[in-house]
Amino acid sequence: MTILNDPVSAKLGDRAQLSYIASQAADARLNVELETEGMTLNIGPQHPATHGTLRIIARLDGEQVLWAEPSCGYMHRGYEKLTEVRSFPQVTSLINRIDWLGSFANEVPFILAAEKLMGVEAPPRAQWIRTILFELSRIANVSLFLGDLGVQLGAITPVFMAFRDREYVLNLIESATGGRFHPNFDRIGGLKDDLPAGWIDETKVVMKKLRNFCDEIEALLFGNEIFQSRTRGIGVIPRDVAMQYGLSGANLRASGVDWDLRRDQDSPMAWNKVDFKVWTHPDGDSFARCWVRLQETREATKIVDQLLDGIPAGPVMAKVPKIIKVPEGEAWVSTENPLGEMGYYVVSRGDSGPFRVKIRSASFNNISITPWLLRGVYVPDIITILASLYFILGDIDR
Amino acid sequence: MNQLSSPAETTPVVDTVRNQVLTDVQATLGAAVVDSLVKPGDDIWIRVSTQSWNVSMQKLQAMGFDYFCFLSAIDWMPSPFGRGEDDPTEPAPERDTTIRPGYTGGDTRMQMLVRLVNSRTHVGINVKTDVPNEIYTVDSIASVFAGANWHEREAHEMFGIGFVGHPDLRNMYLPTDFEGFPMRKDFPLLARMVKPWPGIVDVEPLPGGDAESEEAS
Repeated sequence: MTILNDPVSAKLGDRAQLSYIASQAADARLNVELETEGMTLNIGPQHPATHGTLRIIARLDGEQVLWAEPSCGYMHRGYEKLTEVRSFPQVTSLINRIDWLGSFANEVPFILAAEKLMGVEAPPRAQWIRTILFELSRIANVSLFLGDLGVQLGAITPVFMAFRDREYVLNLIESATGGRFHPNFDRIGGLKDDLPAGWIDETKVVMKKLRNFCDEIEALLFGNEIFQSRTRGIGVIPRDVAMQYGLSGANLRASGVDWDLRRDQDSPMAWNKVDFKVWTHPDGDSFARCWVRLQETREATKIVDQLLDGIPAGPVMAKVPKIIKVPEGEAWVSTENPLGEMGYYVVSRGDSGPFRVKIRSASFNNISITPWLLRGVYVPDIITILASLYFILGDIDR
Repeated sequence: MNQLSSPAETTPVVDTVRNQVLTDVQATLGAAVVDSLVKPGDDIWIRVSTQSWNVSMQKLQAMGFDYFCFLSAIDWMPSPFGRGEDDPTEPAPERDTTIRPGYTGGDTRMQMLVRLVNSRTHVGINVKTDVPNEIYTVDSIASVFAGANWHEREAHEMFGIGFVGHPDLRNMYLPTDFEGFPMRKDFPLLARMVKPWPGIVDVEPLPGGDAESEEAS
């Protein structure tokens, strides 16, 4: 039965629809009594709460959002078009800049797609180091989210802690790859270089620090009464809606979907060699999304610890021709990136560069739910909900 | 099966899971499936008829492919500008722009591409359909998968494909008065038109590079 006349709400249960209508009616009554006038509020393009240049246009009735829509495109760089005039090894320097907080993780699915088309597999040592760097970029990315979360809610301390501890991880990435933010370290067939001496012991120390950071944040922020009242029950995404919009990563797992590409998909990476737990939360609200990310950061440090103990010996580069030509074909590879599922659909025509690359970035899908999600919420909750969805502007606009 | 399925000869593995999924899909969609391809251990591709695009999506969603991954389009015409590495002082070389489709074939220049995933078995499927030439219009699937809304808006402005039944086809990235469709292959990459590709003058060997081994490779 359809009570609400829109395709998404029609898929909810009758009870959920009725309770939604009831809450809207109660609010409308209140607003009639207060005789508020409608207004349009522009949040952004340059607003500290939007992590870049995202503009949100919200039509308000009093404090309540009647209609809201993000306006993207302030950072569109046309990477899909640019890949068509680049050779395969050159593309990694572009796609590094998609999700700039977890750059190394962007390179991996593209390289895996090219390797799949070429029939090349990286040697085991390269696979393990790739996985370690992938998880390090996840930790660097999500730890900043955890700190930034506090700022969105008016707490300043967590962000200083996050910047302090993220620096240790960035230093590790820099000493291994040469770049703090844009490593450009992954190559078709392996990696540019081996790990530097003493890196493994150093990483173990840092992982301990990051686990302490997670404990601190959990005690400081997640146990905080204000934080809980601002996030619990706010911005609830039911499972079916999340699936339709193609939400991924922690946003999907916070809606109770037990799905992690690291565990549920065969890929030439080392995740199937370690034990880790995929955290989910049944609530689907802002708190759940933040909580799942916190647990994932802690889990990632454990993954890195396990991997460090078992890096196999051998070369870090397979034998590939000097001038790379990828055979004709199509391939889709996606990985569980810090922001969610990131994938590349690569079409090759036997040339040295790709014929067409479709970049499926996590934030584009994650943020496309906001017109549905922000309807009916109050103005301060817009900021909390956007913070909990966690997007990177470069990942939306590409 | 398509001619491009030749990699199966080198890896004689039979992917029973994906073959079974494809059989189920073909049974559910019936004559709507025009062509299909399974690469063992890799992925499934199907091409459905343009008329059944929306209905096929509904049926696929009902049979368990409930996760919408992405929607996009592919322009199969090779670019008349090549890789944008032409010398602007020379006359532009003639290039072959014969349309040659990829996996599961196709009769048109543009094709839609949607990837859906079964959230229980985690098996994905790539669904393609032809977009009629000249009119470049297909049915919208935003009523089936709400997430397709933004993806269709992006495909609309980048490829100039119309979507019948889409609620709101405004531009997402480009200015409203932008002319042309940037992701079409016959749209030149302007950065390479106003300033020649610096690679065309880079003919000297790199300093310190071994010239002989470069030639041998």
